[in-house]
Amino acid sequence: MAYDYEKSIRPGKLPHIWCPGCGHGIVMKGLIRAMDTCELDRKNTAIVSGIGCASRLPGYLDACTLHTAHGRAAAFATGVKMAKPEMNVIVCGGDGDGTAIGGNHFIHACRRNIDMTYIIMNNYIYGMTGGQFSPTTPTGDKASTTPYGNPDPTFDISKLAIGAGATFVARATAFHATQIDKLIVEGIRHKGMAVIEIIDDCPTTYGRRNKFRSVVDMMKRLKDMAVPVQAASKMTAEQLEGKILTGVLFKEERPEYTAQYAQVIAKAQGA
Amino acid sequence: MAKKVALLQGNEACAQGAVYAGCKFFGGYPITPSTEVAEVLSGELPKVGGKFIQMEDEIGAMASVIGASLAGSKALTATSGPGVSLKQELIGYACIAEVPCVIINVMRGGPSTGMPTGPGQSDVMQAKWGTHGDHAAIALAPASCQEIFTETVRAFNLAEKYRMPVQVIYDEIVGHMRERIEFPEPGELEVIDREKPADGPDTYKPYDASKGMIPPLATFGSGYKFHVTGLNKAADGFPTTKADLVDAEERRQIDKVNLNAADIELNEEYLTGDAEVLIFAYGSTARSARYAVNEMRKEGIKAGLFRPITLWPFPEKRVAELGKQVKAIIVPELNLGQMILEVERVVKSDCALAGIHRVDGEPINPGQIIAKVKEAL
Repeated sequence: MAYDYEKSIRPGKLPHIWCPGCGHGIVMKGLIRAMDTCELDRKNTAIVSGIGCASRLPGYLDACTLHTAHGRAAAFATGVKMAKPEMNVIVCGGDGDGTAIGGNHFIHACRRNIDMTYIIMNNYIYGMTGGQFSPTTPTGDKASTTPYGNPDPTFDISKLAIGAGATFVARATAFHATQIDKLIVEGIRHKGMAVIEIIDDCPTTYGRRNKFRSVVDMMKRLKDMAVPVQAASKMTAEQLEGKILTGVLFKEERPEYTAQYAQVIAKAQGA
Repeated sequence: MAKKVALLQGNEACAQGAVYAGCKFFGGYPITPSTEVAEVLSGELPKVGGKFIQMEDEIGAMASVIGASLAGSKALTATSGPGVSLKQELIGYACIAEVPCVIINVMRGGPSTGMPTGPGQSDVMQAKWGTHGDHAAIALAPASCQEIFTETVRAFNLAEKYRMPVQVIYDEIVGHMRERIEFPEPGELEVIDREKPADGPDTYKPYDASKGMIPPLATFGSGYKFHVTGLNKAADGFPTTKADLVDAEERRQIDKVNLNAADIELNEEYLTGDAEVLIFAYGSTARSARYAVNEMRKEGIKAGLFRPITLWPFPEKRVAELGKQVKAIIVPELNLGQMILEVERVVKSDCALAGIHRVDGEPINPGQIIAKVKEAL
């Protein structure tokens, strides 16, 4: 029997804005399956985003949805979670939104280890504005603002999240659709800042400038570049050249921010 | 029973006023000369079950305030001019998404870093026009520690009632001076909480103008699922580019302030009844102006003081009336000429108009005002 996504989608809000071949829809379906698995009460679930193609995702979902300003999703989400720690808070957005203009909010949300699940769709490009390079566009690649090839070094978003203090960091690709919801489920169940990086594709503004002739070519790229983290441990550095590790990359238990603040309240009230 | 009294700094009075108003969330970032507001609230808010968070930057602080307000907390941030510049992006968001919140701006001098420990009144236009796009603004300008307390309470009330950001702007002199404060008893000052929607979750629309000029705002986590965005939107909260819907929505958001100006305006008039010369002054400058008026009255000069406590919306009607009554209006302000432009717009050529402007970090003293009045008459 086909999976019932309809009950999670707001009536009348489809079709979505994403181009044919974009991976964001795959991520959205993964998120729906994950929320169903975790039995999240949508009335008590805030889905927060910034600006960009990926940030349009919350509008399609039937929940408390907050489409904020460019880069600011993690900070808005922090306010929601602090005010109502009992709410489930999910953030979603893209690589430019989360690690360029929103980089400061992202790393500090990681540092605080505040309980939210941040799904970052990394398609290596600013898609909505027409394909300018982002902090994750590979060096040398073409974007509308790098006509001679991208001179910038890149961020590894998962490493950035681990370095900044996120206590659950995992990565999948838009090709590995069933892995997406498994990792989001783990992220939602994790008490603390969970970052799920999805390596995504943008055939329209990244692919066509970088010799991916079709969506199938882009999907093959995702399939070929992913190496499960367990398999990688048995591979040489040469074998791992150009690959990305997928699966749960990092997990630790550390006090969660709103739980810590509950202790501040208890102290202030003389408990 | 005698009232509880204390010797409080302006910024401390602001923090106490916020607690009185039912503030349950503060998101901020350290900046002189406003930091004491954050320091006091970091101690006071958790006592009443509220939350304090020091965010990574000014923009994040404003974002956290809007998020907390949507989740149902009365929310506050405090900063100074450079911080307000950074917050403008999201002050605009709070305007278009219609999210109640309060921003304290303890004004210092200069563009950029300027003079962090010196007073200024150069953010009064920023309070109105700082964020991009057409939008309404409410800004309150207290002139004493007691008034900072009461105006902070009123700012929360107006934010909740009109569903929008409200700024309380006062210069460093008022923020850092200490005065005797009488704490109002609970219930003595009106405290307004935002209207809850009459509609149930299935039919609720967060921007439904058929529910009135200020549609009620539901809160996240209270059973309502709805969408909030910074895009132009239809009644249901979802983005639209339909010309008629966008136009009606933008106009409603401005009209809700303009058509309710009488409810929002608050002015103090001192000896204006028979005044032939009027001092238009706000904040610390109004304190010098009041002293100057008393001195001039002793000399037989019929001087009066008009002190706008609500700076925005601008008290057009009353200032226009006074412009027809007096021979001259003098506008002292700690900037190079900002509110004087509004006075000029309203009084046109009905009376003479002169400004006293100072940006050297020193207050405007009564002698300067008296000299300017004599020059004008």
